[in-house]
Amino acid sequence: MDKDMSIAKTLNLEGLLCPIPVVKLSNAVKGIGVGEVIEATATDPGVMMDIPAWCKSTGNDLISLDKEDGIFRFVVCRVN
Amino acid sequence: MEQKKKRMALIASQGTLDWAYPPFILASTAAAMDMEVHIFFTFYGLTLLKKKIEAKVAPQTNPSMPMKMPFGPQGFQNFEWPIPNLIMGNVPGFETFATSLMKKTFKNKGVATIEELRNICLESGVKLIGCQMTMDVFGFKKEEFIDGVDVAGAATFLEFAAESDIQLFV
Repeated sequence: MDKDMSIAKTLNLEGLLCPIPVVKLSNAVKGIGVGEVIEATATDPGVMMDIPAWCKSTGNDLISLDKEDGIFRFVVCRVN
Repeated sequence: MEQKKKRMALIASQGTLDWAYPPFILASTAAAMDMEVHIFFTFYGLTLLKKKIEAKVAPQTNPSMPMKMPFGPQGFQNFEWPIPNLIMGNVPGFETFATSLMKKTFKNKGVATIEELRNICLESGVKLIGCQMTMDVFGFKKEEFIDGVDVAGAATFLEFAAESDIQLFV
């Protein structure tokens, strides 16, 4: 991730299962501006597949998606 | 560039707690993916539109349903109780018992309730349609349903489904 890309919003999705992480991400992305970035953490392993699928379907950019110490962290940039 | 929204058409025909999940999960997710969604609630599925959802699980007709305890150490919780179908089908109150276990397990694991998912669907613009014929047959009144429900028949569903990208019968 670029160092100059500042996070407009953070989202805690830990402890939540499908479909809530995707639903909350969708709502949160609607609350930021185009070109702005959201960072979220989750514990449901399903996000590894579902967040890329959501980004592909909605046309938003998945900047990163990593797992560290059982926590999934992803960064999404709103495109439209 | 304004793209035509993708569409999903669902039929929800079951009124048990387990079968209540798939239509509401798919619909809320599809709405989160900017799809236009209609769910047509028919037969027992229609009960999912009632103000108070009283859906239960029916273990005796679902012999593969894992019976697990929602409390105690993890090893105990993961244990699958081998309860014979004869007991599940004949002990009075077993459905209520199994329903409360499933609800507790879902809550512990972080699964949303049906009511929560239904609210998400309403808030995100999913169209909920009750089957007129089922209402007539079972004597359901529109006042028994939550606000925002439309009532229509098979032709209305098919008109939307014919123009949809996804059509599923649940």
